[in-house]
Amino acid sequence: MRRGRHPAWEFVIEWAIRMAGFLAIVFVLLIFAFLLRDSLPIFRLRSLGQLVVGRIWSPTAEPPQFGFLPLLLGSFYVTLGALVIAVPLGLACAIFIAEVAPARIREILKPTVELLSAVPSVVFGFIGLLLIGPWLATRLHLPIGQFAALGSLLLAFMAIPTIVSVSEDALRAVPRVLRDNSLALGATQWQTICRVTVPAARSGIIAGVLLGFGRAIGETMTVLMVTGNAAVIPRGLLGFLRPVRTMTATIAAEMGETAYHTPHYFALFAIGLLLFLITFLVTVAADLVMRRSAWARR
Amino acid sequence: MIGRRVLSPKVSQAAAFALLWTSGAIVMLPVIAVVAVMVLLGARGLTWRFLTAASGGLLPAIAGTACLVVLTTLIAAPAGVAAAIYLSEYSRPGRAIRLIRLAIVNLAAIPSVVHGLFGLALFVMLLGFGRSLLAGACTLALLVLPLMITASEEALRQVPQRLRDGSLALGGSRWQTVRRIVLPNALPGIITGLILSVGRAAGETAPILFTAAAYSSTHPYPRSVFDQVLALPYQLYVMATEIPNVPAEAKWATALALVMVVLGFNAVAIVMRARLRAARRW
Repeated sequence: MRRGRHPAWEFVIEWAIRMAGFLAIVFVLLIFAFLLRDSLPIFRLRSLGQLVVGRIWSPTAEPPQFGFLPLLLGSFYVTLGALVIAVPLGLACAIFIAEVAPARIREILKPTVELLSAVPSVVFGFIGLLLIGPWLATRLHLPIGQFAALGSLLLAFMAIPTIVSVSEDALRAVPRVLRDNSLALGATQWQTICRVTVPAARSGIIAGVLLGFGRAIGETMTVLMVTGNAAVIPRGLLGFLRPVRTMTATIAAEMGETAYHTPHYFALFAIGLLLFLITFLVTVAADLVMRRSAWARR
Repeated sequence: MIGRRVLSPKVSQAAAFALLWTSGAIVMLPVIAVVAVMVLLGARGLTWRFLTAASGGLLPAIAGTACLVVLTTLIAAPAGVAAAIYLSEYSRPGRAIRLIRLAIVNLAAIPSVVHGLFGLALFVMLLGFGRSLLAGACTLALLVLPLMITASEEALRQVPQRLRDGSLALGGSRWQTVRRIVLPNALPGIITGLILSVGRAAGETAPILFTAAAYSSTHPYPRSVFDQVLALPYQLYVMATEIPNVPAEAKWATALALVMVVLGFNAVAIVMRARLRAARRW
């Protein structure tokens, strides 16, 4: 072991390792700083109120209009629609994996859920655009095959893996003794799941839903391809069957053709900043919720 | 409430379990459907000629994605593994570690298109890389960094404490212990994480939209890290949305190629991990 001991070399390496440990913090701060730097100029041209509740997004009009409201609502429509599908399905799947499924089924289901999370979002968008959208449009007599609910449907499958894996961890962390006590008192397995295990894993499940929300609202390529990209304010339930445009899709569609450091560029960065803040809050909230639980501490 | 009174506990359990089984099946469906649809519609177009033709074929896009992924890994792996070594071997529990973990989760949750914005502002513009292979790889590296840290840390933590204690008791320094005992034992797990990250980086479109990707370029293959690159996912996006008259067969074949690459890497990693877990001696 003595061979090759170089104290100076070792010192440098250990110093580098310590620095690397803080890389994640450094980059989160750097990303925040750059988003702020390149979006601040837009706040000199428009007030925060004008931006956030502005009802028209028309950056190439004369004069340009930078209202985030249609995009913000578009994102929330698509995301909430996705959660309506993904939360019950994801939670049921997590309960199934953690409590009910035989080992052999579990061994197949878990990797499949992992593969689901690995399918590139451009592939979901592609299938939605070429197959599911046109098919649904003829079935539902819609004018075009690109609309909010289609985005929700596809995003649901991208949020499900997050919800499943976080909730499953939470369910597994519930001490065995709680289940055993309930069963010993004569409760059925299902009663135990409903009234003991799931309530005990509550905080982890909420965290999973929050992280699933974060995943869905940040998805870009799928919504860009299937939601029609019409920057209009969606209204009512019928809004789900009309084209919308999300914040992520707006950035992806427009940044490529936007000149550097123009008001349009700054406005797109401001949308990016808003997205960053939303996912930041969601993650911190998930972390706080998780921390409140007695046993899901990781 | 009514259900509880009307149905006996046994019946409601049977009904509930049937729903749980169904939901498990529904969640498996999309993966199977994606693969099946791709193979059915894309296999015919995915000829050897289409794969390897330099013009009108996929080879430039595959080569571009390969370049991006290799460079991404070269950038992200050392940083990710070093960060994992810090977390697993050097850090002590406390507020700093909590913050680091929160930052890692945060970094992973940042929308990929926002990574793209950051890459545009920092790598493309401020550092002057331009829209290039290098700028795209740096952006992707940032995107896979959390994945790499988490996977490597898990691999390092699997190494039993007594191996470390043995090395330290023999007079090895902390770094020597890490270098000669912990890292070699954790290596297969770290490589699994690396493969997962490669799969992730190969399928991402949004981060390279404004940092690296080109649909066609005067040179089909990048000659330096400062050239734009073609990439498989971007190729698919453009074929599907921007270019009229692309034959459907070519589109589906491109999608199939992308799915094969991405799911292939992921499947390899998943199988490797399962083998590792089964073969663990401790």
